[in-house]
Amino acid sequence: MRLSRPAAAAAPLVALLMLLAGPARDGAAEPLIADLSNHLIAITTGFSGTDVLMFGATDGPGDILVTVRGPSTDIAVRRKERVFGVWVNREALEFGSVPAFYGIASNRPLEEFLDPAMQARQRIGLQHLAMTLPQASPAETGLFQRALIRIKQNQGLFATKVGKVSFLGNQLFRTELHFPSNVPVGSYLVEVLLFRDGAVVSAQTTPLVISKIGIGAEIFRFAHTQSLGYGAGAVFGALLLGWVGYLVFRRL
Amino acid sequence: MQIYLPIAEMSLNIFLLLGLGTGIGFLSGMFGVGGGFLLTPLLIFIGVPPAVAVATQANQVVASSVSGVLGHWQRDNVDFKMGFMLLIGGFAGSTAGVFLFGLLRQIGQIDLVISLSYVLLLSLIGVLMLAESLRSLVRRRRPAGNVRKLHQHFWLHGLPLKMRFRKSRLYISALLPISVGLFVGIMSAIMGVGGAFILVPAMIYLLGMPTAIVIGTSLFQVIFVAANVTLLQSVQNQTVDVVLALVLTVGGVIGAQLGSRATTKLPAEQIRVLLALLVIGVGIGLAYQLTAPPKELFSIAVAETLP
Repeated sequence: MRLSRPAAAAAPLVALLMLLAGPARDGAAEPLIADLSNHLIAITTGFSGTDVLMFGATDGPGDILVTVRGPSTDIAVRRKERVFGVWVNREALEFGSVPAFYGIASNRPLEEFLDPAMQARQRIGLQHLAMTLPQASPAETGLFQRALIRIKQNQGLFATKVGKVSFLGNQLFRTELHFPSNVPVGSYLVEVLLFRDGAVVSAQTTPLVISKIGIGAEIFRFAHTQSLGYGAGAVFGALLLGWVGYLVFRRL
Repeated sequence: MQIYLPIAEMSLNIFLLLGLGTGIGFLSGMFGVGGGFLLTPLLIFIGVPPAVAVATQANQVVASSVSGVLGHWQRDNVDFKMGFMLLIGGFAGSTAGVFLFGLLRQIGQIDLVISLSYVLLLSLIGVLMLAESLRSLVRRRRPAGNVRKLHQHFWLHGLPLKMRFRKSRLYISALLPISVGLFVGIMSAIMGVGGAFILVPAMIYLLGMPTAIVIGTSLFQVIFVAANVTLLQSVQNQTVDVVLALVLTVGGVIGAQLGSRATTKLPAEQIRVLLALLVIGVGIGLAYQLTAPPKELFSIAVAETLP
């Protein structure tokens, strides 16, 4: 367990202990309880990425798998080809309902407690990510889909490796979910699965909202809802700024 | 210190952006070119999406041109009549250009078109600039030869709709400035530049305007064309980032003032050679990016349905 940030970790742990104190004692415990340290990530003007602590408890030994899924969008994947010596976007395939973000964490390597069939059924891991496939040959689709995943990984929006869930004893667990500075806004779902003997015995889904807060969000909203007013404002501001610049420097 | 750019949806170092703005502003104050043709590729290079870089650049050009034109107006170096003729073409061209931009974006070819346009123009301008400045360096060392005519007349000037431009001491067809404006307007929309680096040589060599009037007049028309581009880009593509524009403008205005002051103290001709080399260098860099096998053959974008 990482104790690098005791202050940040303390509050959720207290909450966790309180969670445990109640149901665990009377034996009618839920097999899995989990929560996030924060249900709203605010992207402000100084946003440079953030970590959210996921913590929880199980009613006994088992394996924990956490996945984070961002809001879905349709994505066009384009392939460049050489035309007269210049690399040009040619072929394009569209993938529907691609999550904008995908993160995964578990307490030990997936293959140690999950068989591939189960992984596919539970849609765990990037290779099983649910999305609408384009109508193209399987080979072509596979090629473009792998490219999509690779690019998303390079952008830091798809997990490149399975994160670490740490157990404290055999009931308390925690993991840090990292969100980079370019994380898309929207409603996220954090799903926690408890596995025993390779089967899901309990699951819990927690929502997480990432939204722009403050002046940056206002500007974005204004630009998209009142685009004419926004454009006029941008022009007027530029005229004013240019004039002020001229006045200021004429005096010097 | 990082600053979040709400439309580009990314954080960048504010001092890097200010520095870029100031550096480009310095060049523009010195040579009377907007510098957009260097700033846009640099913005793309530091990770700003090309569509946002271009549209935001247009907004920044408005501010820097206003700042510049006021000084020229005070010195009575603006030919408004010529400016209006250029503007007629400029409005038409930039409006068409913004719609073309939107269309190219939807079919995923905008980045290519932006890069290709830059390669063509930068190499052209760089070579012309280099030749011109080398020639004037040589000329300065030699005693002046025969006196040149006020300007050369050629067949283009004789097209219909002839008009008198007093300030420029010209009597030429209005179609000429209108088509120059049209071409620069399209370029302005697609490349986000004011277009001074095309406009200024075109006005001197093609229209035959006196050099003293050229910069003020070009700045005058650029204000309106860039304002038109800003407005249309905002409405059609929502790609104008006012925060980015603000930071670049602050840097740009300061840089431009420093630059115009430095002109008297620095060997401008030698610096022009360096600028020409820089322009050629950026052109070659972009050309390399287009022709070298890319590390990643694929690219992704949020799918937009064609209208």
